[in-house]
Amino acid sequence: MAKQGTAMRAALKQVLERHTTDKSELIPIIQEAQDAIGYLPEDVLLDVSRHLNVPEAAIYGVATFYAQFYLEPQGRHRIRVCRGTACHVRGSAQIRPVIESKLKVKDGQTTDDLLFTYETVACVGCCALAPVMMIDDRYYGRLTPEKAEAVIDEYMRQADAG
Amino acid sequence: MMERRRSTDGLWTLKEQVRARPEQQRVTLSVCNTGCRALGSVEVLAALEEEVRKQHAGHSLRLQRTGCHGFCEVGPLLVVRPQGVLYVRVAPKDAADIVAATLKGEVVERLLYTGPDTEQPIVHEHDVPFYKHQTRLVFRHCGRIDPESIDDYLAADGYEALAKALGDMTPQQVIDEVLASGLRGRGGAGFPTGRKWQFCREAPGQPKYLICNADEGDPGAFMDRGVCEGDPHAVIEGMLIAAYAIGATHGYLYVRAEYPIAVQHLKRAMADAEALGLLGDNILGTGLSFHLKLKQGAGAFVCGEETALIASIEGQRGMPRSRPPFPAQSGLFGKPTNINNVETFANVPVILQRGAAAYAAVGTERSKGTKIFALAGKVRNTGLVEIPMGATLRQVVFGIGGGVPEGRAFKAAQMGGPSGGCVPAEHLDLPIDYDSLQDVGAIMGSGGLVVLDDTTCMVDLASYFLQFVQSESCGKCVPCRVGTRRMLEILTRIGRGDGKEGDVETLVELGQSVKAASLCGLGQTAPNPVLSTIRYFRDEYDAHIRDKRCPARTCRHLVTYSIDAEKCIACGQCKRVCPAKAIEGEKKVEHVIVQDRCVSCGACFDVCPVDAVVVA
Ligand SMILES: Cc1cc2nc3c(=O)[nH]c(=O)nc-3n(C[C@H](O)[C@H](O)[C@H](O)COP(=O)(O)O)c2cc1C
Ligand code: FES
Repeated sequence: MAKQGTAMRAALKQVLERHTTDKSELIPIIQEAQDAIGYLPEDVLLDVSRHLNVPEAAIYGVATFYAQFYLEPQGRHRIRVCRGTACHVRGSAQIRPVIESKLKVKDGQTTDDLLFTYETVACVGCCALAPVMMIDDRYYGRLTPEKAEAVIDEYMRQADAG
Repeated sequence: MMERRRSTDGLWTLKEQVRARPEQQRVTLSVCNTGCRALGSVEVLAALEEEVRKQHAGHSLRLQRTGCHGFCEVGPLLVVRPQGVLYVRVAPKDAADIVAATLKGEVVERLLYTGPDTEQPIVHEHDVPFYKHQTRLVFRHCGRIDPESIDDYLAADGYEALAKALGDMTPQQVIDEVLASGLRGRGGAGFPTGRKWQFCREAPGQPKYLICNADEGDPGAFMDRGVCEGDPHAVIEGMLIAAYAIGATHGYLYVRAEYPIAVQHLKRAMADAEALGLLGDNILGTGLSFHLKLKQGAGAFVCGEETALIASIEGQRGMPRSRPPFPAQSGLFGKPTNINNVETFANVPVILQRGAAAYAAVGTERSKGTKIFALAGKVRNTGLVEIPMGATLRQVVFGIGGGVPEGRAFKAAQMGGPSGGCVPAEHLDLPIDYDSLQDVGAIMGSGGLVVLDDTTCMVDLASYFLQFVQSESCGKCVPCRVGTRRMLEILTRIGRGDGKEGDVETLVELGQSVKAASLCGLGQTAPNPVLSTIRYFRDEYDAHIRDKRCPARTCRHLVTYSIDAEKCIACGQCKRVCPAKAIEGEKKVEHVIVQDRCVSCGACFDVCPVDAVVVA
């Protein structure tokens, strides 16, 4: 979940305390910072830059190189629809439009209510059950458009129930 | 219990003790707790746990959470051992019957596997065709041990190869053994592993680093996931033996971030090995030190390439650099570094244990041992399979895979992912090894094997792969960054029906330039999927270009779906599945597809019970 101001600083401080100032710690630091804060706001990157004594531009370079880092607030649940080869030939193209039209998002976007972030990924390593999507750390295999919709509905219902 | 062992003898004593423990004697219900999770194995395990408690079976039955058994198609899987009874598609409601029957020494008939060609259900795992035609060497523990239990690994043959290396062999003897085994790298290029180790051993500079490449970026491949999740100690043991042979004191396991279970199992295995004195300083009292860290990748395909992976561990953008110097001379932090793939490391304990000669007896002249393939796509039995090198594609796709479902025709197998190519039906009897695949324009690659049938459009597939490499190209060198983009533009145009004469020739010419001029393996192999589909399926390209027709009816700009009003029974199924809400119609009113909303995904075609949806 996204944290604000001081809470964010405190979370980052804890992460930094676990790591030396060695440059090779950069990726683990921002991985953990993102786990704790939900995304990587500019202030966080600035603090990491001071901690490691590495220019902010270099940190920005790394954070934007890897698909896993997010510079914008992210949804509570991450939907990852696989578009890998096995899923491609078993019809993942039928799954994506369902989610895109239902949640009114495109690849990489987050819903306005910050409930879901939607992205497509190249293979989640579950190719035998293609087509596949992951929601957070859960896998959903052998999807059909209907099944995908039902899964999303369930998450929405749970969110409504609080 | 978890006490450091100070000698190799101490390890043997411990193994004896572990084997004598009561839980190692019990009848065991082995349930896949990794791959099958997508099919609900977590719930199955919970139900079984409850039943074992209810039926007071704790003293005679052991419930074991294992890694992937391979036969993902019919999961969740459960095997009763030592009998080897295989249950498929197990649901929580089956738990009571399974426990009760096992206690009585009986079999639950309804959960047995029935093949498509056999009426009789098959009781034992080893009689099921999917397993019968495999040679499970690297996978010998997967599905048979609890990957989170070092005891299970020890009770099998775990860490015996390490004890043998440290106790009876010099580092040079270990390298000679690996050389003699003929093992070649399983990460794609097939470089002889022993030679690589020798280079690194002889390279000046300290400390030396050892890296295990578990980045597995090829979309459509999950072999390394299977090994890391199902037998993590085998990877660590292989690394330890390599560290001893090379003289490496520090190591990294670089694991793909999309594999949370693999990360969890490897971390647990590292902690347990360390507690037993198998990692860290003075391993088994021999003076060997090896410090292992796990690093998670951050989502970049190019980081599977060794120099990019090294840059990524150093905390930089994961961009490859030109070689030489090779990592063996100047790798991580400028020090001599040896990098191998997960499966390569997992082969090492097998080699030391069985001896190089016995290992080399499996395989072909220039490719030894086995290879794991991730069998996926249009094949009946999807999953992870391990075959001896030299088996034919036909044996894999039809013998083990059970052929193409729904009565469709086999068209080709895509091997080697974005760096590989398609092997068409005419080469089904080709013995699979590094060299033969190269000859037909594919590669062994890391082991992705996606089966394609006559509904797969080769132009679409080529453009799919190019899109992938295009977006994963790191952008450092021009041939890859710009060349793949120009190729993709041409392919997209062909797929839209705007191709022109000469496009194919331009693709071939561009492809050859990109291959010749790119900096790293990503660009050097990126054109392969295009070139190989042109080589074998030129007629499909021509149909798109000349006749504006997609023979497989996949390219959405070239097909239109409509509903035959005569046949439509207005059941509403197509309307329900249409992801684009492009179908209009009510109960008892025949349905119509609104063409400008239609995305030509074919969902309506697939569900229509009366074949009223027409493709043109
Ligand atoms: C673009 C690209 C991606 C690669 N991805 C992987 C990978 O995911 N896993 C892997 O083991 N090797 C991968 N490789 C090969 C590695 O560079 C390296 O050759 C391999 O890890 C060496 O191990 P081996 O000798 O045991 O095969 C890749 C190479 C390239 C060019
Ligand atoms: S291709 Fe989709 S999970 Fe591998």
